[in-house]
Amino acid sequence: MLLDIEMKKDTLFVRPNGELDLGVADRFRRALDETIEKGKAKNLIVNLTKVSFVDSSGLGVLLGRYNRVSKNGGKVFIVAPQPQVRKVLDLSGLLRIMNEYPNENEALEKIG
Amino acid sequence: MQLINQMRLEFLSIPANVAFARVTVAAFASQLDFTLADLEEIKVAVSEAVGNAIIHGYEHVPDRFVKVYAALTLDTLEMRVEDDGKGIEDIEKALQPAFSTDAERLGLGFVFMQSFMENFRVESTMGRGTTVIMSKSTGNSMARASEVT
Repeated sequence: MLLDIEMKKDTLFVRPNGELDLGVADRFRRALDETIEKGKAKNLIVNLTKVSFVDSSGLGVLLGRYNRVSKNGGKVFIVAPQPQVRKVLDLSGLLRIMNEYPNENEALEKIG
Repeated sequence: MQLINQMRLEFLSIPANVAFARVTVAAFASQLDFTLADLEEIKVAVSEAVGNAIIHGYEHVPDRFVKVYAALTLDTLEMRVEDDGKGIEDIEKALQPAFSTDAERLGLGFVFMQSFMENFRVESTMGRGTTVIMSKSTGNSMARASEVT
């Protein structure tokens, strides 16, 4: 998994590329936590366009960051998951707590 | 049902092997007429079963072995994922959605396996290990059977 992270104002853009499973979950978690901490990110936009696979380990990392960000009054948005990834997100119930947008700009507008 | 192929995998209980297992089983299953969506679901089920063996069965101890057996009939992938780890105390409880012994996990591994596969069952003995058995059919047995005969 490759990870592109960009901070814009108080929103952290996360663009993982590859597969989010148990093999990368720890690295993914650490990278997000360090950046959220360092940049004082309030909101999180996770762009899943380039994620080809996710399982419950990958979703667990997203849920953990959701809990952390929302505790501080922030929002977590999901952008453009591929159909097979979306199916898993949907079944997990995460799409009921994290809004989904077709692109980063729309997500950013909604965060306001 | 006529068996047309079988395979056995045995690998160390390390997280990197989750991807190895799912890609291998999906490649094996692709000998049947599964759709790409079916193969993606099989990959999720394998990841969850192998992940559970590593996380819960072996509690992250990296020098144990996870075993995966798979067989193909004309229209069905049958598979078994085994560990010799600590076992599940209460299988019924473990199968409940959102049950997890780890705060940062969703407790949905078994839910995904049950949703994406058929004939799902778990056998476990404390101190002896856990076996997850599941299958998935293509729904194309007639077409394939006619090709073979």
